[in-house]
This record gives sequence, C-alpha cells and structure tokens, in this order.
Amino acid sequence: MKKLKFIFTLLVATAIFASCDWDNYDEPESFLKGTIVYNGEPINVSYNDVNFQLWEPGWELSYPINVVIDQDGTYSALLFNGSYKLVFPDGQGPFRTVGADTLDVNLNGDQNMDIEVEPYYMIRNAQFSAAGGNVTATFQAEKIITDADARDIERVNLYVNKSQFVDFRTNIASTEIGGGDIADANSISMSVAVPEITPTQNYVYARVGLKVAGREDMIFSSVQRIDL
Amino acid sequence: MKKILYILVILVAFNWGCNDEDFLDREPTDILLDAQVWNDEALILSVVSDLYFRIPEYQSAEGWWNFADFDEAFASNFGDYWRHKNNDWGYGEWSLWNYDYIREINLFIQKAESDLTNELDPAVKARFIAEGRFLRANAYFELVKRMGGVPLILEPLEYDFSGDASYLQHPRAKEAEVYDFILSELDAIKGDLPNDVNIKSRATQGLALAMKARVAIYAASIAKYGATTPNVSLPGGEVGIAANLAEGYYNQALTAAKELINSGTYSLYNKKEDLSENFANIFIDKANNSEVIFVRDYVQSERWDGRANQWTLWNQPWSGAEDLEGGRTNPSLNLVQSFEMLDNSFATFQTTTEEGDYIFFDDPIDMFAGRDARLAGTVILPGSKFKGKDLDIWAGYQLADGSIITGDEFGQRKVLPGSETPVQVVGFDGPIDGREFSAQSGFYVRKHMDVNTGSGQRGLKSDRWWVRYRLAETYLIAAEAAFELGNAGEAAGYMNTVRSRAGFTTDLTADDITFDRIVHERKVELAFEGHQLWDMKRWRLAHIVFNGEQADLTDQPWKADEVSTRVFGLWPYKYYEPGSENDGKWIFKQVLPGQVTGADRFRLGNYYSFINDGIRNNNPQIVKNPNQ
Repeated sequence: MKKLKFIFTLLVATAIFASCDWDNYDEPESFLKGTIVYNGEPINVSYNDVNFQLWEPGWELSYPINVVIDQDGTYSALLFNGSYKLVFPDGQGPFRTVGADTLDVNLNGDQNMDIEVEPYYMIRNAQFSAAGGNVTATFQAEKIITDADARDIERVNLYVNKSQFVDFRTNIASTEIGGGDIADANSISMSVAVPEITPTQNYVYARVGLKVAGREDMIFSSVQRIDL
Repeated sequence: MKKILYILVILVAFNWGCNDEDFLDREPTDILLDAQVWNDEALILSVVSDLYFRIPEYQSAEGWWNFADFDEAFASNFGDYWRHKNNDWGYGEWSLWNYDYIREINLFIQKAESDLTNELDPAVKARFIAEGRFLRANAYFELVKRMGGVPLILEPLEYDFSGDASYLQHPRAKEAEVYDFILSELDAIKGDLPNDVNIKSRATQGLALAMKARVAIYAASIAKYGATTPNVSLPGGEVGIAANLAEGYYNQALTAAKELINSGTYSLYNKKEDLSENFANIFIDKANNSEVIFVRDYVQSERWDGRANQWTLWNQPWSGAEDLEGGRTNPSLNLVQSFEMLDNSFATFQTTTEEGDYIFFDDPIDMFAGRDARLAGTVILPGSKFKGKDLDIWAGYQLADGSIITGDEFGQRKVLPGSETPVQVVGFDGPIDGREFSAQSGFYVRKHMDVNTGSGQRGLKSDRWWVRYRLAETYLIAAEAAFELGNAGEAAGYMNTVRSRAGFTTDLTADDITFDRIVHERKVELAFEGHQLWDMKRWRLAHIVFNGEQADLTDQPWKADEVSTRVFGLWPYKYYEPGSENDGKWIFKQVLPGQVTGADRFRLGNYYSFINDGIRNNNPQIVKNPNQ
C-alpha cells in the first residue's frame, strides 16, 4: 500500500514537472542591441524617455514591443527570432529619423544594430572641471539640421548629481541658460556650485543638456565623473 | 400488453399537454419587457437613473486619492504614498473608452423616441428624451476631455453576423466636431427640460446652460492655448482645434453663462454670517440651496456600493474621528498659500524674520488671519474646529537649543527637559511624517466634509451630495470668456461677485484682470472639485507647471505658470523655553513630507490619453494620439 502511494506521488510529480516542458513556449533568446548614433557618435538622452517600437507583422492582432533607450544612447531587447519593423513614434527623441521612417529588422540570433538618426543639435567638446566647489562646463552646440526643419535652442542646462543618473529629474544642482541668451553657440560656459552631499562624497557626475524648441526630449553630453 | 398501455397513457398525456398553448407561455418573472417598461413613468425613471449613476468621473467624492495626483493634496494613506514617489504619469492615465455606456444611452434614446412611449404625457416623453441626449452629450464631453476627438456614435450599432464587422468601424471625429456636437445637443434639449432650482440630480435648463458654458470655454481655450503646443495636435484634427475658432467658442461660453446668471433662477449661496462656514455649506446644505445646479446625490447606507458618500469617513480629522480611519486628504501648502489676503494682495507664509529668528504666534490660527474666507472653508487649519471639536495639529516642541521633541504616535507623551511629568508632545492629528491618517501637510480637507454626527461612521456614512455644477463656476467662466474677448471690465464684475462672497471688500478693476488672475481664481474657488486636470490641460499649462524638476515651493503663488511638482506642508510647533516670554507660543516650519520623493512630470503625450492597442486592433481607422 505504502509502495503504491509512493508510486502515485512519483507519477503525479513527474507529470507536473514533465508537463512544464511541453506546454510552455520557448523563451525569447535573441538579443537585439545597439546604439542610437549620428555619424557613429552616440546620442545621449535622458533615461526612460526616448523609446522606439518594434512591430512584428503577420499576426492577427498587433501590439508593439517598446524598447527604451538608455542614457548613453544604447538599447537592448531580448526577442524571438523573426522579422520586425522598427518605428520611432512621432515626437520621440531630440532627433529625426534618416531615410525611411520604418526600418526592417530580420532577427536570427544575436544582432548588433546601430540606428543612424539626425539630431537637431550635437553637443561637442564638452569639458568639465571642478574648482572651489563649483563645477564648470564648456561645450559647443553644433546645429546639425539646418534645412526647413531647423529648430532653435530653447535652453541649455548643466546638471550635477551624486549618482550616474544625471538629468532634469535627478540632480542636486543645475543651472540654465535660455536659448536667447546664448551669445556664441560655439563656446558656451556654465558653472554651478555643488551643495553639501551627505554622506560625504568627493566626486560628482555631471553632464550638459540641450533642449530643442518644440521637442520634448533633450540631448545631452555623455556623463562625466568629476573629482572635487 | 401492459407496456403498450403505459406508452399510450404517456403519449396521450403529452398530446393533451401540448394542446394547451398558454401553459408554456408564461410572463418572465425576472426581467421586464420593453412594453412594460416604456409606458410606466416610474420604470423609465429607474432606467435613466441607472444611466445617471454611471456618469464617468475622475476626481470626485468617490475617490479621495485622485486629488493627491497633482499638487492640491498629500495622500496620508499607506497604500497611496506612491502618488508622491512617481515621476511620470502613464500615457494611459485618465483613458476612457466607454462605448458600452454610450450604446445603452443610444438604446434609451431610441426607445424613448419610439412608439413604445406614446401612452406617456408628451411633456414627460420629451423630458426623458432630453435627459438621454444630455447624458450622451455628457458622456462625449467626458471622452473628448480625455481622448480628444472620438467616433461619434449616435445610434445603437447592431452586428449582422455576416462575418465582416468592418461596417461598424468608425473613424475618430475631429476634436472640434465633438465639441460642436455637444454644444448643439445642449441647445436642442434645453426647451424640453424643466427650469426648477430644486431639481439637482437630474438635468435642468440651468444645467444645460452651465454645461454649455463649460464645454464652450474648454473648446475655446484649447483653440487659443493649443497654439502654444503645436506638437499636441494631429493632422486630421482629431486632436487640436484651429486657433481662429477660439473667439466663436468664447462668445458661446459667455452667452450661455450670461443667460444662466441673468435668468435669476440660481444665485450664489449666502446664508451664513461666517463666510468660511458659508462657503463650506455650499457643498453640504441640501435644503433650498440656490447655488448648486447639478449633483450626484447619496443616501446614508452601511453598504459599500456607492450609495453612500464616504468622503467624510475617509477624511475626518483623526482627533475627532468617529471610526478607525480618516485624515487621508491633506491639502498642500502649495494650495493653502494661494489664498489671497483680504486686501487683494498675495503673501506666502513667513515663518522666520529676515534675521532668521522664528516668528511667534499666540494661536496657530493667527498664521492664517486676514486671508480669503474660502481658505478656512476649503481647508481645516491648525487651531480651528471641526464638528465643534478643536483640532490638535502640531508636530512637537521646539526647544530653544534648536532640538525638537516629538513622538511617532498620535498624542504621544514624553518628559520635557527640566520637568519630570510626561506631557503630550505631538498632536492627536499629527503631523507625524509617514504616519497614515495624520495631517502630514499640516492640514486636513474641509470642502465636502459632512458635519452631521455619524457621517464618519462606516455603518452610516454620509448622505451629502457631490456637486458637479454650481453657479460660482459659471461666473468664473463668464469672467474668463469676457476677459479673453477683450472685455476686462465685464470680467472684473463677474470676478467681484464671486470674490465679495469670499469676504473681499475691495473690487478688482479692469486693469487687475490678467490671465494669471483668472487661473488663480479658479484654483482657489474650485479646489477639490475636480477641475484641476482639465483646466491645466485646456490652458496647456500642465507640462509647464508639472515639468518634472525637483522644484522648491514657489514664492509667487499668483503666477499661473510657476512650477509645482511636489506637495509641501506647513507644520506648527509649540515653543518650549521656560521663563521666556515666547514659551508656549507657536512657530511654523515649511516641510517637504518625507514620502514626497518624486517630482510630477506631465509629458506632451499626457495631454490626450493613450488609446490602447486593443481598440486600435479592433478598429484600424482609429489614429493614435500624439507624442506617445
């Protein structure tokens, strides 16, 4: 009797565990990774703000896969193999797409794909320095799009934070110059005092951001660690 | 042989049974048939009251928590602190797609218009049809506020089971078309509705005018201020209204508002000598209330099905709570400091002198002296009373050496230095940071609070109503429309009517009326009435005021576009310095509640809510809202 019970338990257990194998789908296992670039240079944005969508045509109902772009312009998505259409929703990012608005992505195994876009501005030669409790940044704002689509600079900001996430949301100090007050876009200099940090920390992270008039997302320089 | 006999008997029995046709033809006992419903006035009324019951709302007495979504209030409840920790609102927030409700209204109108109701008095029939059309117009107003232009479905749609449902797919109408539809419906039904100040929970002529004014001013401001956010529009006009239509809508709003004001049917509520009490009473006086136009009514009930109003139960001060809960909605300092001084000037709260010393008050209420009477009518202030009981809002003892003695339990007792007997060191209403139901901003909400005994008990709750339309809003719409049409003098007149009821004795002049003034007046008069989101959207101010930056509290509360992304508080402390003349006096400190870690950010894609992919899969003609 006891033996029978044991066999039954074993049978049920194997049935439960073994069934996991057949009624589940395979998990997605192909990485699509890359960077949003302009002429090979990454476009830095704020985290969680800029995204693109992947649509897989052919199904009865279509739902997009949202892929969020990281602070440094990189992205990564774990997907099933298949052919996708990559679209930037309207108004996303401080850039416009180049060429066709839809990219075909044929995924078969891991793939690296940099996406070329055209930003309204690029931040060039951002230099950061610290002196006397102030962080100073100098940089150039190069206008990339100069055709009918050209836009003005709404403002530029210097952000400083304790951690590597640096933007208008997460900062401990920031300063701003309005677009109209920029005398020379080829040499912008900004400086901000770093407040007391508790617990004490002898370094900060900083970057400069540029808001393009009429676009929601800002473009940034890369994040720089600065020793105070 | 016997077998055959049995079979025969059974067969005969069946045949005989089938002969009696009436036997199987029974009246159903669990549903009412159309013919029964539609010639009985009382039954039709219960059909239409179900439709009234289901009017969609966002911020209302049904949900205190939604008032903590922006900068009006802090949510003093464990499950709701996330409202102050998050940064973004999802694009799907405030989304609505209630075509099931609209279908039922369409069916109601169709049947009310049909021959089924021919037995009714023609005036009664016309009134029911008008109410159905009002409910439909209102449903589309709720949709267009949230989603922009939506498909205008004015007939109950029927599927023909042909296997192809594409003929049921309708594209989105232009945003302006939806507004025009609502406005024309309100014009068309007005004559069939009663003009009776005592009808509050059903549609009246007054409501048709008040709603028309509101709808038109929304359309007008979207047309005018939408020009500042060209990104928030769609090429097909499903979102966005052409700027040249603004003037026409402003005129419609002004005309409707004037007609209602001049009709004399309604007048501003003015029954109590104490102006703050008078203001609070607008929302709880159900007897001969001359100001209120349209409400959602309640009864006292132990049930939790939406029949009883729980606002008082949710928000009663902890020190006088009639049950084991309360104190949830804590008005923010951002709102409190927006109430003007009675000489029409603005002042933020000064807690210290220029040298940095505390400013001492004999009584905490003195801090709020000389302000707009609506402040104490909207907010329960430290040092005031509610339901005849003194409030006990104070955060602790401030010692002369700079240290603070306080507790983390309501009314906790501790020993003060230089003494041996324990004394109470924190109020029974808090504020205690992170303690739910305590006044974590230093304030409790007063508006909509029922003062009857028992209204804060779970077994009773409140029978007070939720006010959806009242005359003061119509005055402010008239003021806004007149101002936008370039007639600031007329606007000042409407503003002054509302303001004199709040205790202002010096009238505003035409020069005083600015856009900032209009925005500000709506903010203080209509706080906690569910207007904030729609106002900030239609003025296209939301993405400026809620810009996601961790901004400090503004010191310019009169400005419409000041950043206000976090809720602040103002905590009273007792000063302890035996022997000093200031001992036992009160000081205040501005605080940022510890739960407030995020900063609100309204993205351009939040202006019109996300239409989810399921809807767009079902109907590919629906275009997406912008910036999402």
